[in-house]
Amino acid sequence: CGVYLCTFSGVEDELELSAVRHRPEGLEQLEAQTRFSRKELQILYRGFKNECPSGVVNEETFKDIYSQFFPQGDASTYAHFLFNAFDTDHNGSVSFEDFVMGLSILLRGTVQEKLNWAFNLYDINKDGYITKEEMLDIMKAIYDMMGKCTYPVLKEETPRQHVEVFFQKMDKNKDGVVTIDEFIDCCQNDENIMRSMHLFENVL
Amino acid sequence: MAAGVAAWLPFARAAAIGWMPVANLPMPVAPTEKNKRQDELIILNVSGRRFQTWRNTLDRYPDTLLGSSEKEFFYNEETKEYFFDRDPDVFRSVLNFYRTGKLHYPRYECISSYDEELAFFGIVPEIIGDCCYEEYKDRKRENAERLMDDQEDNKDAKLPNMTFRETMWRAFENPHTSTMALVFYYVTGFFIAVSVITNVVETVPCGSAPNQKEVPCGERYTVAFFCMDTACVMIFTVEYLMRLFAAPSRYRFMRSVMSIIDVVAILPYYIGLVMTDNEDVSGAFVTLRVFRVFRIFKFSRHSQGLRILGYTLKSCASELGFLLFSLTMAIIIFATVMFYAEKGSSSSKFTSIPASFWYTIVTMTTLGYGDMVPKTIAGKIFGSICSLSGVLVIALPVPVIVSNFSRIYHQNQRADKRRAQKKARLARIRISKTGSSSAFLHSKRNGLFNEALELTNSTEDEQRLSKSTSLLESQHHHLLHCLEKTTNHEFVDEQYYQQSYLEAGLQNYPSRSPSLSSQDGVTGTCCTRRSKKHHTPLPNASAPAHMQPLTHTHTHPQGLQELSTIHIQPLSTSRSSLNMRVDEPAPLNCQSSQITTAIISIPTPPVTTPEGDAHLPAGPTHQNVVKVSAL
Repeated sequence: CGVYLCTFSGVEDELELSAVRHRPEGLEQLEAQTRFSRKELQILYRGFKNECPSGVVNEETFKDIYSQFFPQGDASTYAHFLFNAFDTDHNGSVSFEDFVMGLSILLRGTVQEKLNWAFNLYDINKDGYITKEEMLDIMKAIYDMMGKCTYPVLKEETPRQHVEVFFQKMDKNKDGVVTIDEFIDCCQNDENIMRSMHLFENVL
Repeated sequence: MAAGVAAWLPFARAAAIGWMPVANLPMPVAPTEKNKRQDELIILNVSGRRFQTWRNTLDRYPDTLLGSSEKEFFYNEETKEYFFDRDPDVFRSVLNFYRTGKLHYPRYECISSYDEELAFFGIVPEIIGDCCYEEYKDRKRENAERLMDDQEDNKDAKLPNMTFRETMWRAFENPHTSTMALVFYYVTGFFIAVSVITNVVETVPCGSAPNQKEVPCGERYTVAFFCMDTACVMIFTVEYLMRLFAAPSRYRFMRSVMSIIDVVAILPYYIGLVMTDNEDVSGAFVTLRVFRVFRIFKFSRHSQGLRILGYTLKSCASELGFLLFSLTMAIIIFATVMFYAEKGSSSSKFTSIPASFWYTIVTMTTLGYGDMVPKTIAGKIFGSICSLSGVLVIALPVPVIVSNFSRIYHQNQRADKRRAQKKARLARIRISKTGSSSAFLHSKRNGLFNEALELTNSTEDEQRLSKSTSLLESQHHHLLHCLEKTTNHEFVDEQYYQQSYLEAGLQNYPSRSPSLSSQDGVTGTCCTRRSKKHHTPLPNASAPAHMQPLTHTHTHPQGLQELSTIHIQPLSTSRSSLNMRVDEPAPLNCQSSQITTAIISIPTPPVTTPEGDAHLPAGPTHQNVVKVSAL
C-alpha cells in the first residue's frame, strides 16, 4: 500500500496536516492492475506529480485543474461528481492508484466497464438507481460548464428537458428510476453512444 | 489553458466519457495524432551548459522558439543537440517556464538583458508570475525613466506642424526649448525680483532733510516707484494673458495654483487704480498692498524646489495639523497654570490667560525674549517645567513629520502601483480566459470552414486555411466540441451572445413585423437544410427585388429553438439570400441525425441586427452569415 507520512505543525492553534506525502505502489503492481504499459504509467505519473507534488489530489485541486479546461463556464460541480467517481474508497482524496484505475477503465476498458463507470458517475448516492433528481443534478453540472455565452441562449428548463428525454429513452419500465441493466441495455442499442464510447481510445 | 495542466488533458478527455450516454447527438471525430512520437529527451546546449528536457515539455508552448520548429535552425547534426549561443543563467528561467508554466524574474539579473533573452526565445514578458511581476515592473519602469531622462536632453526637436498656440505653450512650460522662451523666462524672473525688491525698498526710510522726520522711500519718490510698479504689473499681466491664450485647456489653467497666484499678484494694483484717493478705503487699500508680496510665489515656476516643498506641505497637512493641535493644547494648559500662579504677584504681566499665551509660546520654543517673566516661586517652577517640556514637544514631531512624509509618499506610490497592477492582473486573467475560448471559436470556424469548402467544392479562399494548431490545442478543442454536442448548445463569444440575447428578448412580441431576426432567419433556413447540395448562387445587391418578408410565422415548439439549422453559404452573401430559399414549403424536418457541417462565422452585430426590410439591401457584405446548427 502507499506510505502515508503526516507531520503536524505547531501545537498552538489547530492540528494542521502540514504535509502529506503519498508514494504510489510500485510500477509492476500498477502495471498488473491496470491496462497501461510501463511507459504510459511513467508519463501519467510525471504529469500527476507535477500538478500534485504531494502525491494525492484533494477536491479543491481537482476542481481547479478541471476548470482550466473549461474557461467559459463553471466546471466545479461536474468536477465534484467526477471526483466522487474517481475516489473509489471515499477517503476524500484521489491517489495516483485511484487515478490510474479510473483512467484504465475509461481508456482501455470494455464497453461494459465504461458504461458501468458512467452509471456509477450518474448514481450520486451509489444506491444502484439513477433517479430524476440525480440526473438533473448531473445535467445541470454539465450545462454549467458551457457558461452563459452560448447559442442558443441557455434557458432554465433546458437541463430538465434533457433529463426528460434521457429518461424516456432509458427508463424502459417507466418506474421513474434507471437501473444498471436498463442503462446498459439501452446504451448498447444506441448506435451513437456505442460509437462515442470508442472515441478516446487512443488518448494516451 | 495553462500548460502545466496539459499533462491532465488525457484525463479530461477520458472523463468526457461521462457525457456520452447523456448526449443525443453523435460526437465529432477525435483529432488523430499524426506521426506520434515516443517522448524523448532533447539536449539544449546553451553556451556550453547542457540542459535536458522532454520534448513534450517544450511542445507545451508552440508559439515560442523552443516549442516550435524554429529550434530546428539551431540543431547541431554532429552532436545531436540544439546549440544556443546565449546566456545560460537567464536560460534557466526560460526553461523553468516550460516546466512549471510560470515565468520568474531573478532579481540579480539586469532588466534589459532579461528582456533581450525573452525576446529571443519568443516569450512575452507579460506572463511573468505574480511573485516576480512587481519587481519586474519596478525595474522596467526605472530603466524606462532613465532612458527618458537621457532622451529629454535631445528633445529639442520641434515637431513640424505645431500650431502657434502649441508652440507658445511649450515655450512657457519648457524654457529650454528655444532661445525666445529662455529670454522670456529670464525677463519674467528679473521683473519678479525687481517687483519684490521694490516692495521692500519702498518701506526703507530714505535720508531726508534733517528737520523733517524720516520718510520712507516710497513716499519720497512716489512717481518712480509707481512707474516701476506699473511696469512690473504690465509685464505680469501680459504674461498672464499670453499663458491664458496658449493654454490647451483654459478652464483647467485658470483653476491651477500658479495662475491664481498670478492673479492675486496683479490684482491689488488694478484695485488700487480703481479706488484712488478715497480716505475711507485707503486703509483697506494699504492692506491690499500686502498681497503684492505674493509675487514672490511666482518664483515657484522658476524653481523646482519650491514646488516640491509646496507639495510636501500639502501632503503632510494632517501631520502638521496634529502638531499644531497638540501644541495648542500644551500652550493652553501652561498659560492657564502660569496665569493662576502669577495671579497673586503685583505688577505681573500675566494679566489674562490669553496674555500668558505669548509667554508660553516664547518659552516653549526656547526663544525666551524676557519681556514676560514669572516672579512668584510657583510661577518660576511652572515656568521651568514649561520650557523643559517645550523642548520635547517641539523636537518630537519634526522627525515624525519627516518620516511620515516619506512613508505617506511611498505608500501612495505603492497603493497606486498595486491598484494599477491589480487591474492589469485581472485583465491578464481575463485575456487568457477569453484567449483560450476565442482560440476555440476561431479554430472551430476554420476547421468547419475547411470541411465546408470540401463539400461545396469551392476553391476560393483555400489560402484561408489557418495554420495548424498544435495537437494539444486540437485535442482540447475536440473536448469542448464534445461538450457542445452533449448539451446541444454552442459556445459563442460575448458580442454575439449579447446580440442574440437581445433578439431573443425581442422575439417575445409576436406582433413584430416579419423582419429577419436571427432567430427567424435560423429557423427559416432550417427549411433549406435539405438543399445543401445546391447552394445559392451569389446574389448581389440586386437581390433585394426578390426579398420577400417572411410571412410564415414560426410556431415551432420551444424545443426547436435549440435546434438551429445548418446552412452553408458561400462567401459574400447578403442577408437577402437567406430569404430566397425561405419559400420552399419544406416541412420542418430538423430531427434527422444527419450532421451536415457548418460554418460559424460570427457576423458583426450591425449586420445581424434585425432591421426593417428596407435596410437590408446594403450591398453584398462580405460576411458569412451562416448559422450553425447541429442536427
